[in-house]
This record gives sequence, structure tokens and C-alpha cells, in this order.
Amino acid sequence: MGKEISKNEALTLIPQRPPFRFVDEILELDENHVTSIYRWSEDHEFYKGHFPGNPVTPGVLLVESMAQAAVIPLALYSWSKEFGREGLSSLTTLFTDVEVEFGGVVRPGDRVTISGNKAFYRRKKLRAACEMRLDNGTVVCSGNLSGIGVQL
Amino acid sequence: MSEEQIFEQVVKILTPYVKDEKALASISGETNILEDLKVNSARLVDVVLAFEDEFDIEIADEDVDSVNTVGDCVSLIARTKG
Repeated sequence: MGKEISKNEALTLIPQRPPFRFVDEILELDENHVTSIYRWSEDHEFYKGHFPGNPVTPGVLLVESMAQAAVIPLALYSWSKEFGREGLSSLTTLFTDVEVEFGGVVRPGDRVTISGNKAFYRRKKLRAACEMRLDNGTVVCSGNLSGIGVQL
Repeated sequence: MSEEQIFEQVVKILTPYVKDEKALASISGETNILEDLKVNSARLVDVVLAFEDEFDIEIADEDVDSVNTVGDCVSLIARTKG
């Protein structure tokens, strides 16, 4: 049985890096809940094509951001308790299934808050009910996301 | 609850995750969940959680490792229910 990780350790351990990193800070993290923030920089290349003259953050990246900012920290927390710090390095984080709805548009420069509540953790798989909100309170994306730790 | 009734419930729980409809049509105790029904291995956790809810039991993770067929599920559930 390992020791649970802090929110700062979790942020460091999230494996994705720029240009495919969509989480800035973890505000709260415990076994069942996480809150994180991310600001969608105007500098992202994809805004040039999605869409020309009318930049909108792709929904698929909102989902990826919810995975990085909510599912992965919660999974890292549970894995570190079960396998310890040394066990974490052998696991690769993979998406398994997702069901989401979109309720708004995220523009370049918008800051979002992502929250996740653990639904279950079993056999290295974690599912969380996740939500992404703009600073004005609009829920832009919500749903259930699951990921699993595998040895590749 | 008879093993036939457990079998029926197991098939009902597996059905949304089955990718091979032909294998589902001829499902039996010998049907392999991953190889025949083509259920995604990451979905096994969802299936086990559904078994626990449906049959009001707790299934140990180490017991799941020995489950390969529909019949294995039925035996494990019957054994766990006692």
C-alpha cells in the first residue's frame, strides 16, 4: 500500500506535455474529487483551421482536457495508493470509454474549470463524472470519462 | 436463484458490450467473453460492477482473473451468492 500523492505531484506526473497539454493547475485533489483549471491559449495552432476566421476549441480537445485535468489525477491518486510511487512509472494512461454532452463554446483565451467526481476505481480502471465550466458558469462539456493504466 | 436464471441475467448484462452479434445468437456456457463475444477487455470492470449490483454480491478482483467464459461468470456468481 503506497502513500497518496499531493495535487502538485499529480500535476507533475500527468504525462502529456505541450503541444498536447491541456491542464495548468490542480486546485483540489483527494481520493474522490478533483478540481483543475486550464486557459486555452490563443497561440494554439489548431485555431487557424478550426475554424478559419472563427476560432472555436474542438470538442475532442475539451474531452482530452477533462481526461488530463480530472481522470488522470484521480487515477494517479488511486494508483499511488495501490502500487506506490515506483508502480506509477510502469503504467501508461489510456482512455477506455467516454460519453459526453457539449453545452457551449470555448474561445481562444477562455479559462475553464474542470471538476471530476470518482464513480469507481477497480482493477486499475477509473471512471469519473466530469464537468468543464467557463468563468461565467456556463457548462461547456459534461459526462462520464474512463481510463485505465496498462503496461505497454 | 437457479443457474439458468443467473445465465439469463448474465447474458442480459453482457449484451450491450458484445461486438459479435452472431456469437451472441448462439451463446452458451462455453462462449468466451473476450474471444467469441469480442467484448473490450477494459469493459470487464463494468461487467463485474453490473454483476455486483444485479446479484447484490461482492466479487474479489483475484476471482475475476479466472473468468473466461459465460459459464465461468455463472459459476462465480452462484458460488459467491452461496
